[in-house]
Amino acid sequence: MAIIHVDGQAYEVNGADNLLQACLSLGLDIPYFCWHPAMGSVGACRQCAVRQYKDADDDQGMLVMSCMTPAKDQTRIDIEDEEARTFRASVVEWLMINHPHDCPVCEEGGHCHLQDMTVMTGHDRRRYRFSKRTRRNQNLGPFIGHEMNRCITCYRCVRFYNDYAGGTDLGAFGSKDNVYFGRYEEGTLESPFAGNLTEVCPTGVFTDKSHAAHYTRKWDLQFAPSICHQCAMGCNISPGERGGSLRRIENRYHGDVNGYFLCDRGRFGYGYVNRSDRPKVPEWRAQLDQTPTHLEVDAALDHITDALRHARRVIGIGSPRASLESNHQLRELVGDKHFSTGIEAQEQACLERMNHLQRTAGLPTPTPREIERHDAILILGEDPVQSAGRLGLNLRQAALARRETMGEKLDVPTWDAEALKTLGQDSYHPLHIAWPTTTELDSVAIRHSLAPEEIARLGFAVAHIIDPSAPAVDRLDTATRETAQQIADDLMAAERPLVVSGGTLTSEAILEAAGNIAKALSMHAKQAGLVLIRREANSTGLALMGGQPLDWALDELAQGNADALVVLENDLYQRLPAKQVDAALARADIRIVLDHQRTPTTDKASILLPAASFAETSGTLVNLEGRAQRFFQVFEPAYLRPEARLHASWHWLHSLAVSLRGEPPKAIHLDQATQACAEAYSSLAGMAQAAPGADHRIAGLPLAREPHRYSGRTAMRAHLNVNEPRPPQDPDTPFAHSMEGYSGFDRPRQQVPFAWAPGWNSPQAWNKFTDEVGGHLRGGDPGVRLIQPAPGHQGHYHQPVQSAEGTNALRALILPRLFGGEETSSLAAPIQQRTEQPSVILSADDAQRLALKTGDRVNIGEGTTLPVYVQPDWPTGWAGLPAGLVAGVLQGATLTLSAGDKP
Amino acid sequence: MSQPTDNQPIANQRSSVRYRSRLMQSEAERHADTHPLTWRLRDDGAVVWLDEHLHKNGYQSVRKALDAGDPQAVIATMKEANVRGRGGAGFSAGLKWSLTLQGDDIPRGYLICNADEMEPGTFKDRLLLEQQPHLLIEGMILGAYANNAFYGYIFLRSEYVQAAQVLNRAIDEAREAGWLGANINGSGFDFDIAVHTGAGRYICGEETALLNALEGGRANPRSKPPFPGQSGAWGKPSVVNNVETLCNVPGVVLNGADWYQGLSGERTDDGGTKLYGVSGPVENPGLWELPIGTTGAELLDRARGMRGNHQLKAWLPGGASTGFLLPEHLALPLDFDTVGKEGSRLGTGLMTVVPQAQSMVSLMRNMEEFFARESCGWCTPCRDGLPWSVKLLLALEHGEGEPGDIELLDKLAADCGPSLTFCAHAPGAAMPLQAALKHFRHEFEQGVKKPRGEMHSTTMTHEQ
Amino acid sequence: MATTPHTTLIDSDGFLLHAEDETAMRAEMTHYEQPQAACIEALKIVQRRHGWVPDEAIGAIARVLGIAPASVESVATFYSLIFRQPVGRHIVLVCDSSACFLSGFDELKQALVNQLGIDYGQTTEDDRFTLLPVCCLGACDGAPALMIDNDTYGPVTADDLPALLESYS
Ligand SMILES: Cc1cc2nc3c(=O)[nH]c(=O)nc-3n(C[C@H](O)[C@H](O)[C@H](O)COP(=O)(O)O)c2cc1C
Ligand code: SF4
Ligand code: FES
Repeated sequence: MAIIHVDGQAYEVNGADNLLQACLSLGLDIPYFCWHPAMGSVGACRQCAVRQYKDADDDQGMLVMSCMTPAKDQTRIDIEDEEARTFRASVVEWLMINHPHDCPVCEEGGHCHLQDMTVMTGHDRRRYRFSKRTRRNQNLGPFIGHEMNRCITCYRCVRFYNDYAGGTDLGAFGSKDNVYFGRYEEGTLESPFAGNLTEVCPTGVFTDKSHAAHYTRKWDLQFAPSICHQCAMGCNISPGERGGSLRRIENRYHGDVNGYFLCDRGRFGYGYVNRSDRPKVPEWRAQLDQTPTHLEVDAALDHITDALRHARRVIGIGSPRASLESNHQLRELVGDKHFSTGIEAQEQACLERMNHLQRTAGLPTPTPREIERHDAILILGEDPVQSAGRLGLNLRQAALARRETMGEKLDVPTWDAEALKTLGQDSYHPLHIAWPTTTELDSVAIRHSLAPEEIARLGFAVAHIIDPSAPAVDRLDTATRETAQQIADDLMAAERPLVVSGGTLTSEAILEAAGNIAKALSMHAKQAGLVLIRREANSTGLALMGGQPLDWALDELAQGNADALVVLENDLYQRLPAKQVDAALARADIRIVLDHQRTPTTDKASILLPAASFAETSGTLVNLEGRAQRFFQVFEPAYLRPEARLHASWHWLHSLAVSLRGEPPKAIHLDQATQACAEAYSSLAGMAQAAPGADHRIAGLPLAREPHRYSGRTAMRAHLNVNEPRPPQDPDTPFAHSMEGYSGFDRPRQQVPFAWAPGWNSPQAWNKFTDEVGGHLRGGDPGVRLIQPAPGHQGHYHQPVQSAEGTNALRALILPRLFGGEETSSLAAPIQQRTEQPSVILSADDAQRLALKTGDRVNIGEGTTLPVYVQPDWPTGWAGLPAGLVAGVLQGATLTLSAGDKP
Repeated sequence: MSQPTDNQPIANQRSSVRYRSRLMQSEAERHADTHPLTWRLRDDGAVVWLDEHLHKNGYQSVRKALDAGDPQAVIATMKEANVRGRGGAGFSAGLKWSLTLQGDDIPRGYLICNADEMEPGTFKDRLLLEQQPHLLIEGMILGAYANNAFYGYIFLRSEYVQAAQVLNRAIDEAREAGWLGANINGSGFDFDIAVHTGAGRYICGEETALLNALEGGRANPRSKPPFPGQSGAWGKPSVVNNVETLCNVPGVVLNGADWYQGLSGERTDDGGTKLYGVSGPVENPGLWELPIGTTGAELLDRARGMRGNHQLKAWLPGGASTGFLLPEHLALPLDFDTVGKEGSRLGTGLMTVVPQAQSMVSLMRNMEEFFARESCGWCTPCRDGLPWSVKLLLALEHGEGEPGDIELLDKLAADCGPSLTFCAHAPGAAMPLQAALKHFRHEFEQGVKKPRGEMHSTTMTHEQ
Repeated sequence: MATTPHTTLIDSDGFLLHAEDETAMRAEMTHYEQPQAACIEALKIVQRRHGWVPDEAIGAIARVLGIAPASVESVATFYSLIFRQPVGRHIVLVCDSSACFLSGFDELKQALVNQLGIDYGQTTEDDRFTLLPVCCLGACDGAPALMIDNDTYGPVTADDLPALLESYS
């Protein structure tokens, strides 16, 4: 802590900060551009000047850049100094020299940091009277728009893209007053984190193309605090709606989970919500080949009630992409004994194992933010960028943090970004990745290319080296032994080693190996951590809730032990081979499916109930940390589409249960649904506290979903009816579907639909909501951890697996894919455009044996042909296949490749 | 040994206008004890290769220092001698060296010679590089020894083609003779040198931009702290010194601090001699090694005064990034502190004279064009402010200035002051502009002929 | 420098680096801690052979140095003496800095423009000369100065120009 004096006032600040950071944390406004809380200072824009005095006697002082000046104890500065003020005005005036002044047609307008800073510095008269320079733009792919004329050369884009996120295809070109930021040649930006440029760029150079396609000003959007449903990371998002469709997704600051950044799957994968082919009203058909009849809600409920009453036994199949509330209502409807999680058995076994390890392996699970403080990492059998998007950025920062350690010795502060970069060069904290093919993190990692069983054996060997009482691995080859030694040495030399593993390869052996390492590290009382990656938004939650695996459900049906089926937001064909699913569905006379998308499973429904998507309802998910987080309804679909009958699945299922019990219709509210679930499972007890309930008020007010300046509300429904109904009432949440209500920043708030503070319209406004910039929300970061390590080491060591016997069979190794590897986001057009051409990866040996070479096309079953890619260090015996391509092929499934059509 | 020249035969008409770097003092005038930088140079301008250098006392300083085995003593002597950096800033070389991180847990770093000479009006390092490579190598070995550097680079501007050939050959000679490489002269000290040539851009001469250029990046400067001595090239402790600074080291080490101080006598506290020069419309432009603290008047005398009927209007004491001085300042000793007190800087110490007939507005337009063009593009005042100043000056030059333009220039210059910009480039652009606006304001006022806000002719659209 | 006149630069895989150029680049890399440091020299090696740096060379250099093409391009476009557009056989660099400006630069520049028929950044129709301004050449005692390829001249008067230019075919 340090005391600094600003404009004659004394304040207590964090002495490790720079002055800009410290002042912003105090709520004082200093304009800035190049500094970013996550990326530190570089002193390029010169916008943040203040006057600094040497000591109490100095009345001269000199102008300094606050971002480059440490907030040392007894620092004296004036922000309001006249010369500093006029200098800051000059800086904005210079930045605006070549700016096109095209705010009215600019997509950044209304949430533009440059606009905010221009107003803040008082620059409102243009004195430059000469010609402006103009630039050509590039097509940067389906995600990001490019308008270089608006560039103010703050260098934030390249600093984020290259230094922070590890991209290599964006650069700063040229020099003097002609620096161009773009790709070295036109083309799609390659980084999976490119979307953050839209928020990192303080002006309208890099904008969200998916937003441009149906553009709306920030002030005209309706928001709610939401959680990304596209993987298990649980990033907090702020989706914006207008006219009944989602227009964009912005990052919602969370101090522990996602900070300022999202991955591109999460940001650009929302298009499925807006698809016109979504089921919008209940559909019924007696025979599969019939065209479905549309039903009203009551008729649909009656129909289903009737059918279910006559059924011998009803199986409920839940979903790891649906909320806990919805899954619980399904379970209530069908009964515990008839409930399946909807997750394939091997994956479920892994999920259960992971929950167990998180409790018993002796190590806590760090938050994503805390991951960045770990100084040696082993990733066992995961490719985090592909399987958990945003997590990859955290892991990368952990590797880069070596610079900070080096800087400490020379008193280089952690915010002095370029100095640390120079100092660090290419030395990183050790980051070992055991994974069979290249990963996005390779540039800062040491990768060990191994087959799944070998990854597990490597892990067991590492554990044995760390703690000799952990079982040894038989017949380990020298290379693996040396690798294990190197990894063990790195983990043991670190203060805070971290083990990362997960369910991607659905290998319990890998998880057991990770568990052994975790336990071994905990024996050494290291401040170590364990992170386990799950696949889907609510995989962790479903495993906590429990239930039979999907295979069981299909078996019960296939064997005639049940004749009715209710499927919740789950495409069974994604999870098990089509034959198996077909066989089961064929035996079910009643097939009720709830979903917000059309899938091969909904195509088989006798009754299809249109479910609300995440944007249209609320619920709770549990992320890969074990953090229960609530997402809230962004908009009420029926308001602008009165014909739509979209309801939360928990709503549908509850109504069905009521109707089945023959009770009079009775609505359930979110809080009740949440409470019921929390009470039903001790493992989920904490979920009710994940967010405030519907009665939550600030200053007696509900919370506004719409910004103050929301326009056109009274005309919103004019095309339907000139009589304007009152805005939809929301009994489920504390949020109002209007601008009435609290939307300020001055009262601590945990659930913030959109960030706005007077004078701060851009995402930089988040800094007004945090305890210190880059810190935690003043109202507390949202969510509640449900999984805690059990005290004492209850876990035991697992026995290593044997090396696989050599066979000629080729087994499938499904590789996760950020773009195209996830069911719902794959339905979004920009994600489809961004999905890379898939191929089958083979080792040189297998390729030779099969007389195949790179480029040859092979048939991999289900009528899919793919080109072959022969990769030198790929493990023999495995065929690498991209996830999400061939539905129902499981990890490790035996594959027969047959020659495909010629290209 | 034959002197390397271009491989192509030189046509006569070419050689008649070929530029050759030369010193205006003859061999007879130069002595070991009074002209430590130039006494070995030959009247015919041929390169002093290793043999001749050794004959003329060469590498004795290295032998002396390595025999003594006390690197700290070298630093102490340099401090005592008060050798001030000849690259323009005048920072004490000894003090800089004493701040270089050294220690068992600190990796050995780099000794870098700044041979990027691009400051307008500066043509001194070229002479030393082209004709006397071994003096520089000698100085670099001493610098490396004092700073525990294991490797040296000569960062040479690419236009100095001949210097590159000379240096490379001299380095080979020195290495062959055991003055470079492992275990120099049996001392156990290792050090070697490579020549790194640039590809244009004045900013590469700024010492931290130079480090980025050396690392193969964009030559944006780095912020200080950390200083290069703490974290320089590739994060290792690095010392950057100008060619002339390093060429002063052998003399200091061999003859001691007192001798060095004595060279400048009573003129100034700064020690040693300086390569002074005069350019612009004088009768006899050129380069001289003179005691530091020599006056501008004496230099102008040596240049035999203004050419033809020209009258002296103003002069730059040491390059385009120094402030204009007036004829009345000619009597001042040209040392770092004295010139500093007059609101200018000694800079590189090579004066440029401005004749009475020269429009200061045009001259400033030319100079600001240079600074705007050479901006690295990193910080806003320099990148976007300087081009605006060029356009304002162009307008004034063409009689298209508006009321308020001069005040804008005043403010622009003030806003490009030290600490307001990221490096010293923009302050270098501001200093002459401020001086010109102060001393010759009426000339700028004559360019204000338009009312505010009228349309302007095409001369104003000054595109890059 | 010997330049091989207009050999085929591009084959189906992209840019054909001459083996000796690649060797030279690799040799440069050994002078530094990191391969990136050889970037400027690598660009100059390509330029020595071809006169300029064609687009395809950026990727080729990136491959040799093991760095990203964007990183090569960001360096290539920073430095004024790396040419990313075709230039003439001879580069005429006119010093426009203060000493030359005060000693006849305007006349010399005008004479060059008149005789070559081109302005800064342009190349004569016969591909013989490209005209560019340059920072102070460090030849101020020979002002006004200019440089043609590797040769520095000064003082140069307008009258000297025809013969001087003539000697560069
Ligand atoms: C824009 C700019 C250009 C510079 N160019 C040179 C140069 O070409 N040569 C040089 O020696 N110093 C140059 N300097 C000064 C260097 O930054 C640095 O002060 C000098 O190399 C240190 O050496 P010295 O202490 O021996 O003088 C330049 C400084 C600036 C701000
Ligand atoms: S003042 Fe700024 S833009 Fe100018 S050269 Fe220095 S760092 Fe670059
Ligand atoms: S924010 Fe401080 S210089 Fe840019």
